[in-house]
Amino acid sequence: MVITRKDVEYIAHLSRLEITEQEAEQYTKELSDILEHINRLSKLNTDNVEPTYFTMDMKNVTRSDVVKPSIDKQKVFVAAPSIENNGFKVPKII
Amino acid sequence: MSNRAKFETVIGLEVHVELNTKTKIFCSCKNEFGAEPNTYICPNCLGLPGSLPVFNGEVLHHAIKAGLALGCSIAQKSKFDRKNYYYPDLPKAYQISQFDMPIAVNGRIDIVFRDGQKKRIGITRLHMEEDAGKLIHLTATGQIADAQQSLVDYNRGGVPLAEIVSEPDMRTPEEAYLYLTTIKSIMKYINVSDCNMEEGSLRCDANVSIRPWGQEKFGTKVEIKNMNSFKNVQKALEYEVDRQTRMTESGEAIVQETRLWDTAKGKTFSMRSKEGSHDYRYFPEPDLPPLEISNSYIETIAKELPELPLAKAERFVAEYGIPAYDAGVLTADLATARWYEKAAKLSGEPKQCSNWIMGDMMAKMNEAGIEEISDTKITPENLSGMIKLIKDGTISGKIAKQVFEEMFANGGDAAKIVKDKGLVQITDAGAIEKAVEAVIAANAKAVDEIKGGKVNGIGFLVGQVMKQTGGKANPQMVNELLRKKISG
Amino acid sequence: MELHAQTIEQLHEQLIQKTIKPSDILDSVYKRIEAVEPAVKAYLMLTKELAYAMAKSAEERIMNNDNVTEITGIPIGLKDNMCLDGYETTCAAQMLKGYKPPYTATALEKLQRAGAVFTGKLNMDEFAFGSSTENSSFHTTCNPYDISRVPGGSSGGSAAAVAADMCIAALGSDTGGSIKQPAGLCNVTGIRPTYGRVSRYGLIAFGSSLDQIGPMTKTVRDNAILLKYLAGLDEKDSTSAPIAVPDYLKNLRSDIKGMKIGLPKEYFIDGMDAEVKSKVMDAVRTLQDAGARVEEISMPHTEYALDVYYVVAPAEASSNLARFDGVQYGYRDTTADNMIDMYKKSRAKGFGRETKRRIMLGTYVLSSGYYDAYYKKAQKVRTLIKQDFDRAFANVDVILTPTSPTTAFKIGEKAADPLTMYLSDIFTIAPNMAGMPGISVPAGFDSKGLPIGMQVMAAPFAEQAIYDLTAFYQQKTNWHLQKPRL
Ligand SMILES: [Mg+2]
Ligand SMILES: [Zn+2]
Repeated sequence: MVITRKDVEYIAHLSRLEITEQEAEQYTKELSDILEHINRLSKLNTDNVEPTYFTMDMKNVTRSDVVKPSIDKQKVFVAAPSIENNGFKVPKII
Repeated sequence: MSNRAKFETVIGLEVHVELNTKTKIFCSCKNEFGAEPNTYICPNCLGLPGSLPVFNGEVLHHAIKAGLALGCSIAQKSKFDRKNYYYPDLPKAYQISQFDMPIAVNGRIDIVFRDGQKKRIGITRLHMEEDAGKLIHLTATGQIADAQQSLVDYNRGGVPLAEIVSEPDMRTPEEAYLYLTTIKSIMKYINVSDCNMEEGSLRCDANVSIRPWGQEKFGTKVEIKNMNSFKNVQKALEYEVDRQTRMTESGEAIVQETRLWDTAKGKTFSMRSKEGSHDYRYFPEPDLPPLEISNSYIETIAKELPELPLAKAERFVAEYGIPAYDAGVLTADLATARWYEKAAKLSGEPKQCSNWIMGDMMAKMNEAGIEEISDTKITPENLSGMIKLIKDGTISGKIAKQVFEEMFANGGDAAKIVKDKGLVQITDAGAIEKAVEAVIAANAKAVDEIKGGKVNGIGFLVGQVMKQTGGKANPQMVNELLRKKISG
Repeated sequence: MELHAQTIEQLHEQLIQKTIKPSDILDSVYKRIEAVEPAVKAYLMLTKELAYAMAKSAEERIMNNDNVTEITGIPIGLKDNMCLDGYETTCAAQMLKGYKPPYTATALEKLQRAGAVFTGKLNMDEFAFGSSTENSSFHTTCNPYDISRVPGGSSGGSAAAVAADMCIAALGSDTGGSIKQPAGLCNVTGIRPTYGRVSRYGLIAFGSSLDQIGPMTKTVRDNAILLKYLAGLDEKDSTSAPIAVPDYLKNLRSDIKGMKIGLPKEYFIDGMDAEVKSKVMDAVRTLQDAGARVEEISMPHTEYALDVYYVVAPAEASSNLARFDGVQYGYRDTTADNMIDMYKKSRAKGFGRETKRRIMLGTYVLSSGYYDAYYKKAQKVRTLIKQDFDRAFANVDVILTPTSPTTAFKIGEKAADPLTMYLSDIFTIAPNMAGMPGISVPAGFDSKGLPIGMQVMAAPFAEQAIYDLTAFYQQKTNWHLQKPRL
């Protein structure tokens, strides 16, 4: 196994995913298989290679500082799970 | 202060400054404080699926300007990164920020102590990022720890921020306070932010640790958040230094953690969170192409920079001969500095002007709760007019106080006030003589005592004459006449 | 031929001759849907009312001769990951069931402006994670050529709908091959344009540095028509290219004499389906006979493309899908009494297995201590892959390969093994990593009667070269005219 079950539990927490014991087992196996495949990359020498984050040669894309109308909140509130006093309501944070 | 003797305090600050652009950093919603919750929102600032950021060019301009004003070098290549974490005020669950290629690095500012001593504080970096929304906690205390539920308002989400990270160069809470006021002063001078801590347009987190004197290694640092005024920053830091000192002295280990400042209780408390250590998984923001900053663009912005507060203060000292401390106060705010300089030039009495502003003006502003000198009813012309009246003997210093009070209350030209209220100084020797004679006649006992050698009794008689003349007699002439008559 | 079975070009001709009305086409399409949808299950939702309103306004445009385009009145199906104001847009996920976005994707707005008609929302793998539509949380779409088989994915609904004449054309989106692969498996023409060619605004993001919307059509000529209306700079998408959009159809070359075709040896590997290989080589000969010059080329980093993809795409996806937390929209679990549990439960229930797997994988490769070894390393290898393409296109006009190593597989056959499933995108992933445009066009059938696709790629923004070659190919062949028996 490239990763341990503990790794999987940590990633699940970081990803904010509740997983069952059984899922933890399964993900450990599946992710290990995939990562093992991916580990082939380490064989390639990339010492003087720059990473490619953008395939296009674009830079400095900016817009001008001009106000455009915002959206009516009622239009987004309809999709919201819980609204109170014009705010999105959420449970206890800490 | 036994702690000071044993331990050295190390403070570094992270200051978030909201930039005063018209629109948000990545969408065209209005950047404005105080609207009804969720008024300035769009698919982008709500992180709706499919929405994409578009970078506001004015933010780049402001950030470079701020970087230059803080003595930073501006990056030729820069980019945005995603900082991933879950929090309800962060609708995309990542903040678009800058990680390893900030727009500005390696700066410095000088802070000036009351005695005129200067200290240089290093600026590690300045980077651009989006602000988060605002949480309103549904509980009587308004404290997050007590709230069972909270409401989120995304009006502030996406407001452009410059995050300014200092080196751990500060050694006392006072230095931290001075650092903050200096940052605020500079940001306001260059007009990139209002830096209003009450409205949240300047926010500050502090990293504090203590170490035995002489030790090079830093102690365990504690992060303090939630300090909502400059004074509170100083108080929170003082509290925290004290807490860490007490703990260390009693052999307890300092825990690396985030603590929140509770203004009401005057304490910091641990922000216990399930999150544990942060793993932000930064990576380059694929929705925004990188930035390449040309030298000519930087030069254009450099040309827009005004004379900065410290340079202006030093010039005021040299040019107007005022004390360094006064110059520092007068230049902390650009409007005040401009006001002062105008009055100083108009009146030809820069020291007098400084005295009036540092004294009566600031006292009255404090009393009236006015923050900006330009919000008072007095103009530099008014003050300089009044000072001229003192200089040419039209009014006494005492009368001037009365005139100033009137100008502060209702505004207006000093000469007119003096004329309307009949406040012109009496310099007519005949009129003064009459009053002097009357006072001598009415105070025979006092006169005898003076004659008998109690010389300082003359002050009492001067006061009596002034009283009789409604304060308008020229005090010098009164004094002379009294002496002449008594010794007479 | 019934209207639903015709092409954009054919229908446009009749519309401007006023021998038919847009609503006639729509009637025919909806009748066809009624007949074959139970077998194919391509749609998630029909937007009939909207479609007839759009058809009505298209009719008025035609009557008044007001701004009539080649797609005015043409019924087009939409993959369900493109936002349409007020209409449910789900990404085939429970997480977004019932979610009606308050705005419209730029690509859809552009089609609307050109007078197109939207038939409905098409099925896909949940959040576009998959190669078979089996990951749709609603239902699996079937391949019209054999309903026991997958249509490919993730734009499986789009491919199946076009193949079965349940729309005249459809929009798909492609991150690792999600347009090209299902097009190949369903005998449809589908292009993944150059990264930056079509605005991504309103396309629910999967891998932001890879995602592209593209047209899926019955012919190359229709495809060229549709791309013209989709493409172009959009100020709402900072990665959309400020490059003018040609009239691809008008510019089509009448022959392909002298065009240089590269055949990368790494794409014709042992172990690939022999029938696929032989049909694609037949196509090469057809092109050669018409005067194209063919040469073998080498793209040595091809074998790493899949690994790079399964680092970069999940990494971006893990971040893009973090927003689905039940705060502003989407599914919220109401049993949790605190924020962290609410996140965890909402996401556990709102996401399907493959989605979770990719989020976890992406989170892992970005997490502290692994970023350099995985994410940064992958982006460096991505550079090597891109250099392979740049070198190749310095020499040839187009690169030709099979679209997929196999024809359509059985529903359920690969579902248990993610890695095998991932391998079905092996030929489409490398060009995508490099941002290259590529098309899949029908190139024949295997002995089971299943379609075989041929992938043709070109240099960035050289879609014209792709269309030149493949439109000519469709003049010489009639694979694309074959219809499934349903
Ligand atoms: Mg920050
Ligand atoms: Zn907005």
